[in-house]
Amino acid sequence: MTRTLSRRAFLARSAVLGCSAAATPFLTPVSYAAAPWDTRLVVIILRGGMDGLDVVQPYGAPEYDALRGALAGGPGQGASDLDGFFALHPALSPLMPLWVRGELGFVHAVSTPYRDKRSHFDGQDLLEAGTAGLGEVRDGWLNRMLQLVPGVEAQTAFALGHGEMKVLSGAAPVADWSPEAELSMSPQAMRLAELVMQDDPLFHPALSEALMLSGEAPSMMAEEDEDGEGMMMEPPRAASGKGMIPVARFAAEQLRGDSRLVSFSITGWDSHRNQSRILGGALGNLAETITTLHDGLGSEVWGKTAIVAMTEFGRTVRVNGTGGTDHGTGGAMVLAGGALRGGQVYGQWPGLEEAALYDRRDLMPTGDVRAAAAWILRGVSGLDRAGLEGTVFPGLDMGADPRLLR
Amino acid sequence: MSFSPQRAEIRFGCGLSPQIAPPQSLDVLLAGLDGPDAMAERFPVLSYDAYWQRRAQWLELRRKRRKASGARAAALADQTRAANRRFFQDLLQGVGQNVQRWSRTGTGFRERLALFWADHFTVVGKSGPQRSAVASYVDAAIRPNMSGRFADLLIAAVTHPMMLAYLDQQASVGPGSVFALRKGDTRGLNENLAREVMELHTLGVGGPYSQQDVRQLAELFTGLGIDKSGGRTFRPGRAEPGAEVVLGRSYGGDRAGLEAVYRVLYDLALHPATADHIARKLAVHFVSDSPDQGLVGHMSARFLATDGDLRAVYAAMLEHPAAWSDEAPGNVKPPFDFVASACRALAVPEARLRDAEPGQVNRLIYQPVRAMGQFWQRPAGPDGWPEADEAWVTPQGLSARLRWAMAVPRRLLTDLPDPRGFVDDALGHAAPEPVRFAARAAETRAEAVGLILSAPAFQRR
Repeated sequence: MTRTLSRRAFLARSAVLGCSAAATPFLTPVSYAAAPWDTRLVVIILRGGMDGLDVVQPYGAPEYDALRGALAGGPGQGASDLDGFFALHPALSPLMPLWVRGELGFVHAVSTPYRDKRSHFDGQDLLEAGTAGLGEVRDGWLNRMLQLVPGVEAQTAFALGHGEMKVLSGAAPVADWSPEAELSMSPQAMRLAELVMQDDPLFHPALSEALMLSGEAPSMMAEEDEDGEGMMMEPPRAASGKGMIPVARFAAEQLRGDSRLVSFSITGWDSHRNQSRILGGALGNLAETITTLHDGLGSEVWGKTAIVAMTEFGRTVRVNGTGGTDHGTGGAMVLAGGALRGGQVYGQWPGLEEAALYDRRDLMPTGDVRAAAAWILRGVSGLDRAGLEGTVFPGLDMGADPRLLR
Repeated sequence: MSFSPQRAEIRFGCGLSPQIAPPQSLDVLLAGLDGPDAMAERFPVLSYDAYWQRRAQWLELRRKRRKASGARAAALADQTRAANRRFFQDLLQGVGQNVQRWSRTGTGFRERLALFWADHFTVVGKSGPQRSAVASYVDAAIRPNMSGRFADLLIAAVTHPMMLAYLDQQASVGPGSVFALRKGDTRGLNENLAREVMELHTLGVGGPYSQQDVRQLAELFTGLGIDKSGGRTFRPGRAEPGAEVVLGRSYGGDRAGLEAVYRVLYDLALHPATADHIARKLAVHFVSDSPDQGLVGHMSARFLATDGDLRAVYAAMLEHPAAWSDEAPGNVKPPFDFVASACRALAVPEARLRDAEPGQVNRLIYQPVRAMGQFWQRPAGPDGWPEADEAWVTPQGLSARLRWAMAVPRRLLTDLPDPRGFVDDALGHAAPEPVRFAARAAETRAEAVGLILSAPAFQRR
């Protein structure tokens, strides 16, 4: 079974459908041109505000234990030591082999330019817009990157999930799909659907693509329910952002083929209460996502892959009254992939002394998430600094090259 | 092409129904806009005041929970969770009532206009409680004002507390105001509402305004806010002193207050750029993604000639032959419209939706519409939902439509209709032959009904 958009798979399916290869934009000859660049990029938006201090724990800081109270981690609490100062949350320990190989890294104490209001809604909007302030643009920075690169095709970039990846929305073509959108109909229903849509310039190609992306050959095992009313097809539902394995697997299959960029979200980071349980679950999802991508890409493609996970803001340095943390400012980025120069915690560590905190409550952001993202985009796509600072992240000063990629 | 009852119901209404006759003439279609809002009365949603009370109780719970410890904290946490669920259930109730309105109305043009204007004046809740109240905003600010003067609709929507909260007007402070000087407040001016009023609500993005106009309008709006009881108010202490000049005209020189806010909104509402913007947007939504220029010009001229009388603008649209053209495929229904018009065609009994548990509304309507690409009342930004057909007919969006069409009707009905008759119920005389064939050839009734609803002839209007 393959979900990669190979010509052979399509032709096999076309035979079932009796539809023409020319009808789908995926299959015009030009879509088989070389992809615009070779390095693979996965951008994961961690929605809800990930507590960077609990993910990459600064256990070496003198104030750490007192500030974090019940949430204080470090190697004594099961975290994996990274470099004698930082330790990795236990739920990410499945990723330690990557760290050892230099294929996992972090950028600490970073944020978007968003300050003070600490709303998820605005914070995510700004993270995905990539601008200094809200409401300046309507498209996302990954899409603006695509707009600058020649040779971008419909399948170059995939937004996985349900139309909520603002970071990829805009004028450049982007494919959207979600594994749970899979269509499985009886062969007869499939042929008839093709028939009722055959003359429509939009519905027909979209149906062909949906069936192709659904991968499996049409099921011959249509289950009958009690009253004999056909298959037990389930109502469609939106991806929950949990249970990321199908998404990561699908992403890997696309990236092994002609796709170069995939973006999706992982939710569940808003740990106001009972953070150890909530964050553990979300990090487990993230670890599973990264290992599934690693396994699915295979060593060659993994070697030229960069994964960037970013969140709208960090959380308060102190624990609140309900075993959690509230919305903060400075946070952390998670980086992985064989293209990465990992094995280190990047960023300028501000310290946890009272005077060093932002607003005396949050980790002080010493870097802009957009600068790190811009350097990665530069390494991945070869875009020049002028385009990155002028168009992709308007007005950004990328600063010195942190050399995040190999 | 010109008026036909079935085309009127499909293109300008909620789609065909086997139980409710379509409007028999243009006059009847337009008369449907007059008189009381029968559907809003019959299928009410949670009122804004009720929402505000619930919100107050919820804030109180959260406050208590922060102070509590031990078993009491746990109990309060449970109550807070229950309150959060309740807000989501309120939202789902609004979804169900909207489907009911679409299913039962004899004046479908009203329902279509309500969605159009709710989208033009998009409000998105930023929290669970706020999201439960968007339906009340539509019923209070939009529905009563859709067929009067555009200026009244503009003022009702833009100054509604839900809009003030959404576009950050509540946080905007004049940099030279008493409040800013006394508190040393650094928040300052927020231009969000002013910018969207010009860019989206009135003049349009290409309109004849500058950043300076946005800033001046934002300063003029300072003071506009929400009071403790949730209502709209004017807080003179936060208002920027002095007059502001917007599009060359001076406002608020004598005294800052709501009066000056209304005056500038009236002037913006009647601007020729606004007439063009609104005419074009209506034509794009109701007729075609690339509408006939003559149609747009005709509507825009009527807008100006009547000082923005919306009923007259709708009449201008409906009397123009281009509005009835069937040369190109019609616009694709957005996901909610697709699902609601399908329920109407299927004649889902009123009691079935009335008695549905919130979980069922979630599973059968709300989640599927989201899977089709429309997160109900949560578009990505204040510009609302896309109009372009391409935005909806994506592989995964279409997959979700097909799956809904095949799976959900038999969960809503005890008995599915006979597909051969259902083709006529759903598509009318215009049913294409391939759809009739599919209705006969499908192996099961569920698939046949699903294929009819999936057909472009039903998905477009």
